[in-house]
Amino acid sequence: MSMIEFKNVDKYYGNFHALKNINLKVEKGEVVVLIGPSGSGKSTLIRTINGLEDISNGQLIVNNYDLSDKKTDMNKIRKDVGMVFQHFNLYENKTVLENIMLAPRIVLHKDEAENKKYALELLEMVGLSSKAESYPRMLSGGQKQRVAIARSLAMQPKCILFDEPTSALDPEMIDDVLDVMKTVAERGITMVVVTHEMGFAREVGNRIVFLADGEILEDDDTETFFKNPKEERARQFLSKIITHK
Amino acid sequence: MIHILSENWQTFLTGFENTILCSVIALFFSLIIGSIFAILQTVPSKLVRTIANIYIEIFRNIPLLVITMVFYVVVPQFFIKLSGFTAGTIGLTLYTSAFIAETVRAGIKAVGVGQMEGARANGLTYWQTMRYIILPQAFKLVIPPLGNQFINLIKNSSVLAFVAGFDLMYQGDVIASASFETINTYLVVGVFYLILTLPLSYYMRYLEKKLA
Repeated sequence: MSMIEFKNVDKYYGNFHALKNINLKVEKGEVVVLIGPSGSGKSTLIRTINGLEDISNGQLIVNNYDLSDKKTDMNKIRKDVGMVFQHFNLYENKTVLENIMLAPRIVLHKDEAENKKYALELLEMVGLSSKAESYPRMLSGGQKQRVAIARSLAMQPKCILFDEPTSALDPEMIDDVLDVMKTVAERGITMVVVTHEMGFAREVGNRIVFLADGEILEDDDTETFFKNPKEERARQFLSKIITHK
Repeated sequence: MIHILSENWQTFLTGFENTILCSVIALFFSLIIGSIFAILQTVPSKLVRTIANIYIEIFRNIPLLVITMVFYVVVPQFFIKLSGFTAGTIGLTLYTSAFIAETVRAGIKAVGVGQMEGARANGLTYWQTMRYIILPQAFKLVIPPLGNQFINLIKNSSVLAFVAGFDLMYQGDVIASASFETINTYLVVGVFYLILTLPLSYYMRYLEKKLA
């Protein structure tokens, strides 16, 4: 079974056709990078995978759960599918350590000592052991995002969704976050990443999905996409983004 | 002024005690009821939100004295007889709860949608998110306006004077009409209210600074 499967999915906001006949499969352990101009539906697409946005038509299967079925309990899907946001969304009223430990404690009912041990391990992995007792407001953007990744990993998810994880960061913070994301990929966790970081897409991505105007225009393995994009829009997009670097 | 106080010490004290008792009870229950309706106003279900909204608009837009009279005059005719103190305290509780609901709701809205999305994506249910993430932040944000509501509540407890609730204001009326010393009596009554409201006002400021 695939980790994620879209079958003829449409999404409307009123009359606006945000996602058009999306067909997409993500296999277990794959790193799929979604790219495309702004307003192309990348964020909408990734947010449907954990039910933050519902879909209008078609079928969407995530981790064997059918999201198109109204009776499906979203909370079950979210146990196995984490998400990292552009603006971090850390719990402002909790310390870094509590941010990481809260969901495993109250959702998974994990043993407290074990939970703490794992949380501290994750903090070490993201290089922020010294910040365990700090509050999010005391951290830089890059540090917040690394905590957010650790918080997501603490649920031991099968898949993590990254919605423009470096777009709100100062340039010098971006590499630290991308390095942590590489570590996540090495752990064999399925990743769907919306990003403008072409270097990361090239190095870590197995597949590139190019969207424009709510449609998937190209879905290729990374090598092929960057060497020889088939679609004219993708070619234009790439030349623009690469000349800006 | 001093002689009014010393001659009527016991009467003032009874009023003072009743005002405190009424305020504490009304504060406790209006905070609970108000918070519940604030949360109900933010749930996904439109029906529940509408019901909560109707409750709030009714009690926020009818004068406190009218609400109190309903419990003092109308309710006894159809259901059970309520003392002036009980009727006044119920009226004050419901009236204040509508304002507290609006205050707390503003706090919940101010927390920001990112906190809700972050928590839901992390696997928490709606109610877990409310309890652990949204409400603790919302209450911290609304401490200053909640303080105002508490101070208003204490002053509004003087509505008991209209329904023979034996509060501070009622006792003041009794003393004033017996002694004809209206100015001095009401000055003493005012000082008694200040003894309650000023410390509360300063405590709220302190809390605001400490938690900021």
